[in-house]
Amino acid sequence: MKAASENSKLKESIDSILESLRLDRDRSLWEQRLQQVTSQDVESALASRPGSYSLTKLLALVSPAAESHLEQMAMLSQRLTMQRFGRTIRLYAPLYLSSHCVNRCRYCGFNRDNTFKRVRLTADEAMAEADILASEGFRDILLVSSEDRACITVEYLAELARRLKPRFSFISVEIYQMSAREYEHLFDAGVDGVTLYQETYDRDAYARYHLGGPKADYDTRLRGPQDTAQAGMREIGLGALLGLADWRVETLALAEHASYLMRRYWQSHISFSFPRLRPACGVPPAEFPHLLTDKNLVQMMLALRLCFADTGLVLSTREPAQLRDHLIGLGVTRLSAGSRTSPGGYTDSQANTGQFEVSDHRSPSEVAAVIRARGLDPVWKDWDDALWARKKD
Amino acid sequence: MDKLIIADRAFDSRLLVGTGKFASPKVMAQALAASGCEIVTVALRRVDIDNPADDTLREIDRDRFLLLPNTSGARSAEEAVRLSRLARAATGINWVKLEVTPDPYYLLPCPVETLKAAEILVKEGFVVLPYINADPILAKRLEDVGTATVMPLGSPIGSNQGLKTRASLEIIVEQSNIPVVVDAGLGLPSHAAEAMEIGADAVLINTAIATAGDPVEMALAFKLAVEAGRRAYEAGPRDPLRKAEASSPLTGFLRDE
Repeated sequence: MKAASENSKLKESIDSILESLRLDRDRSLWEQRLQQVTSQDVESALASRPGSYSLTKLLALVSPAAESHLEQMAMLSQRLTMQRFGRTIRLYAPLYLSSHCVNRCRYCGFNRDNTFKRVRLTADEAMAEADILASEGFRDILLVSSEDRACITVEYLAELARRLKPRFSFISVEIYQMSAREYEHLFDAGVDGVTLYQETYDRDAYARYHLGGPKADYDTRLRGPQDTAQAGMREIGLGALLGLADWRVETLALAEHASYLMRRYWQSHISFSFPRLRPACGVPPAEFPHLLTDKNLVQMMLALRLCFADTGLVLSTREPAQLRDHLIGLGVTRLSAGSRTSPGGYTDSQANTGQFEVSDHRSPSEVAAVIRARGLDPVWKDWDDALWARKKD
Repeated sequence: MDKLIIADRAFDSRLLVGTGKFASPKVMAQALAASGCEIVTVALRRVDIDNPADDTLREIDRDRFLLLPNTSGARSAEEAVRLSRLARAATGINWVKLEVTPDPYYLLPCPVETLKAAEILVKEGFVVLPYINADPILAKRLEDVGTATVMPLGSPIGSNQGLKTRASLEIIVEQSNIPVVVDAGLGLPSHAAEAMEIGADAVLINTAIATAGDPVEMALAFKLAVEAGRRAYEAGPRDPLRKAEASSPLTGFLRDE
């Protein structure tokens, strides 16, 4: 089956959509519109079909006016999520492969300008880490790596995926951007999903925070998710790094991107992640004037759920335990647990210099117990090897 | 009540229950018991099918329930066939609930790939119960290739909207020579009763039970509704539209001369 629609009506590209909506730069227009949203607009957004998307509806739900409707949004989101996903939360674990990087992203610990001892795991070392994750119960694994093609080649990843496949029913990657052909190679090797954040949809902010390296090209980055869909990937993770630009406008751009992908690549499932820069993680507030409060983050999640009934909502251990626990059942569908964000971190607890600081340090079984205590079922396996369309078949 | 016969096997219960979305395998087991069901469907993607200690499988008593593996997650005939073979190899069960849902949002079944997969699986000796949209022609095509039932949806899966496809379901029920199991979208016991009243042979419920405030009580409510609906059907319900009778004769003014 073709992964993409070839209908000529769908020729419009995501960059032209964002440009015509003025969501990619000079966002004063949207900031103004956000201020103009009334409580009545929020009410009518809440009265629309739950889980249906329009830009106007989302605008109302992420507006300052919607802040006084958060409780109502939470109730609706809880109901909708339970109806669509049941009383379940999927668990996954990240496996960091390398901290070697050629990019200069100002917000990232792996920035090439930073001086620290960089690590790259051999495939055997990575398998040893994976063994630990498997023994903890994980069947859903996310391979993470910074960008250095000399260290982590496409073939290395394919080889690793083939070796992991018998133990992990779902493998996804959060690595440097590749070509559609390379993604296809990974898909054939057993990779089921790709997470690729735009980081920010604001071109000016993108240029300010990405000082060098292949990732510094906004337009190339924007085409990434559709290349993964084209390659047949089942799950595509989108996100903006929260804190780089006004979160309300970022949410609108993110939703437009998702909606574009859903219309065009209708067989791939979209999920949203919420990576948030937090002052506690050594981020100097002066460099990041758009940091989100807990309330902002929750509003964003609820607003997206009320516009997209069936998208996955993913929350990592960047967020503190207490906040994560409260969000279980409110819309989140997928949680990581027990994460180590430095290569080799599972086998060597002394390994340091992670990509970001983990806030929730609980073990996977502790997180699973909390999920159960909240009346939900922690799901370790929600995929099967047999669904993997191997080339050799 | 008549027994439900699928592929020469007789069942007292006309309620099939799905096992996704429950808060825990324990609650699921209690709900299954309360529902009185005899056929339980399990998504292969969710269980370690060859591991009897799997949390979900452990709670399903195989002496009491027929375990019906389903191919949830399959986007193509090829994937569905591969999953079915895997399930049969691991469990020895040759029944399969065929689901081919390329759209990950509404999980609507693909008619083209479903028919293709059904044809292959029937030839390989499977008892095939295909999940389909309420399409009467597709239902006949599947019957022609030898499926054991057809399982048309009442409304999109998990939507709790009831029998939105009633007009087409009535045609399927009228034309089908194999059992018709209404499979998706039934949110309330009254929806299940309605499906049984129009002549469906059985219904399958998951979300409405699993996500209810009290899943066990809701399972019992569905059991009763399915029985009530079936009994009503067997009792020969009067059609309110076509067989209405005025309480006073409309032609009483005509006198024999």
